[in-house]
Amino acid sequence: MSLRGIWAVFRKEFRENLRDRRTLLSALVFGPLMGPILVAALMQFNISHAETQYDENLNLSVTHAERAPNLLAYLTARGIDVEKVEFDEAQARAAVAKQTHKIILEIPEDFGARLQDGQPAPVILYSDSSRPFEQRGVARVRALISNYGIEIAQLRFLARGIDPISVLPISVQQIDVSTPSGRSVLLLNMMTYLVLLSMLFGGLYLAIDATAGERERGSLEMLLTAPVPREHLIYGKIAATAAYMFISLILTVTMFSVAISFVGLEKLGFAANLGPRAALTMMACCTPLVLFGAAYLSIVSGFAKSYREAQTYLGLVITIPTLPLMFAGLLGLQAKTSLMFVPFLSQHLLLTTVVRAEQIQPLHIGISVGSTLIYGCVLTWVAGRLYRREGLLG
Amino acid sequence: MLEARSLSKSFGTVTAVRGVSFIARDGQITGLLGANGAGKSTTLRMLYTVLKPDAGDALIDGRSVLEDPTHARRSLGVLTHGAGIYNHLTARENITYFGELHGLSRADREARAAELIEQLEMQPFADRLAKGFSQGQKLKTALARALVHRPKNLLLDEPTNGLDVMAVRGLRKILGQLREAGHCVLFSSHVMQEVEQLCDEVVVIAGGQVVAAGALADIRTRAGNLQLEDAFVSLTDENGGDAT
Repeated sequence: MSLRGIWAVFRKEFRENLRDRRTLLSALVFGPLMGPILVAALMQFNISHAETQYDENLNLSVTHAERAPNLLAYLTARGIDVEKVEFDEAQARAAVAKQTHKIILEIPEDFGARLQDGQPAPVILYSDSSRPFEQRGVARVRALISNYGIEIAQLRFLARGIDPISVLPISVQQIDVSTPSGRSVLLLNMMTYLVLLSMLFGGLYLAIDATAGERERGSLEMLLTAPVPREHLIYGKIAATAAYMFISLILTVTMFSVAISFVGLEKLGFAANLGPRAALTMMACCTPLVLFGAAYLSIVSGFAKSYREAQTYLGLVITIPTLPLMFAGLLGLQAKTSLMFVPFLSQHLLLTTVVRAEQIQPLHIGISVGSTLIYGCVLTWVAGRLYRREGLLG
Repeated sequence: MLEARSLSKSFGTVTAVRGVSFIARDGQITGLLGANGAGKSTTLRMLYTVLKPDAGDALIDGRSVLEDPTHARRSLGVLTHGAGIYNHLTARENITYFGELHGLSRADREARAAELIEQLEMQPFADRLAKGFSQGQKLKTALARALVHRPKNLLLDEPTNGLDVMAVRGLRKILGQLREAGHCVLFSSHVMQEVEQLCDEVVVIAGGQVVAAGALADIRTRAGNLQLEDAFVSLTDENGGDAT
């Protein structure tokens, strides 16, 4: 069978859409630029924020500081900048809620007296746990205060002739291995999501224009009078959509690679993971998806009566293939053989593996590429069947 | 030559065309005359193979559209209802695209496009993007696209819709030339004047059936009137429900 029709349709759709500003912007500008810049900016912020958080002194507002001069001296000596304020409980709550003061320590009136009597002496710490950046500071203040308490206890035991070591049967030594680079992996996971979404968006307008748009313009019926098998017409359109998705994919991954090299990842040990070699691997892993994505979008917009209707449908369905990625993030899924049969999810897991500079199993790549290509061919065949229906003209 | 043989087509419970038969000969312009919804477009769509008839058949130059739809598509030039062109292609590219779909070589389709641009007097806008074309320019582009593969037969579905007087005159001249060159031209319309001015033969359709067919003069005589419009009204009123 002659493939002349497929080739003719492909070339025409490809060329026509090169002249359509909307298609070009979404395929070559928005996706490839927005995602990388967003992720790079977030990473830059994350890294610089993490760097500063440990180095800087912590601001702590203390109300009724005069009631606990020794505690305050202890805190000040350990990197806490104490600001004296005079708040009652309501004022303290309001100040934290409005974030005029981030962490407030209240010393109750009987603090000194209870301490002297050997009774538990409470202090009150106000903070807003919905602000993650403050949590580190709150934990630091809490740890210092309880250390201060332990030191007092040890002095009391000593005064009573007891070895303070004997009342500390267990000592916990905490080692936090979370590093700025580890936290950046979260953002790099977001990157694979953006790569896949940007790839789909690259072919979105072409898929709409070639199916629903062609019908709305009234040129579809003319096209059907040409001596070309009907399914070849849609194959050509799917091929053109896939080509745009491919271009968008290449540009997006390249831009990510470039943008992230500006963030200064080398000092975090990331430079190797997004170099040209990793970028090429990522492109290769995602390329089979362009057929799947193009056929999928073409089928959906083929059902729409008009351009607008197709836009509405596709705005919704374009997010469906990326849903498994959300679950992967929530469940902390790792690459394993059975998941390689799930399109989009398998690519996401492979990309994440590449970014983490871990070893990819050839079997995983084989299953991911093979199964995604098969799904893509099946969807293309379904699209061909749809184009053979008489109801196509609506 | 085109021949419809008892063509019938239903959509769900609605019967659009029931047993339509007629012949459109080479070297003649045949008009398919009928009110809106009479079944003109459905009949033409079965002829140009976009719809499959439920019953009956159509012959294009003696060959069945059911048995050989590809032959039908090769030997038909079609101007569909409201034929849309591609806005981001030039007039010339619109023409060569269809040349390619019809299997013309690059040199062949480019030469043919140049020939049609000359013939239809499209030189002033041939290499502009079709985006801002007037109705007349769009029609010429669509017509050239329909003629790119040198079809023997030409089917036009309401080609004069939305055209101004000058564009209609231009179309009339082109269709006249095609008739002189021995082509078989079949076009549908609901405008009496057009049919009267252009056609050699008329097929009147009402309610999905042929109510009258033949030379203009015969139809007028048959209806006992001189004006086609009056003849049309009396024919469709009398025979609306019956087969001819």
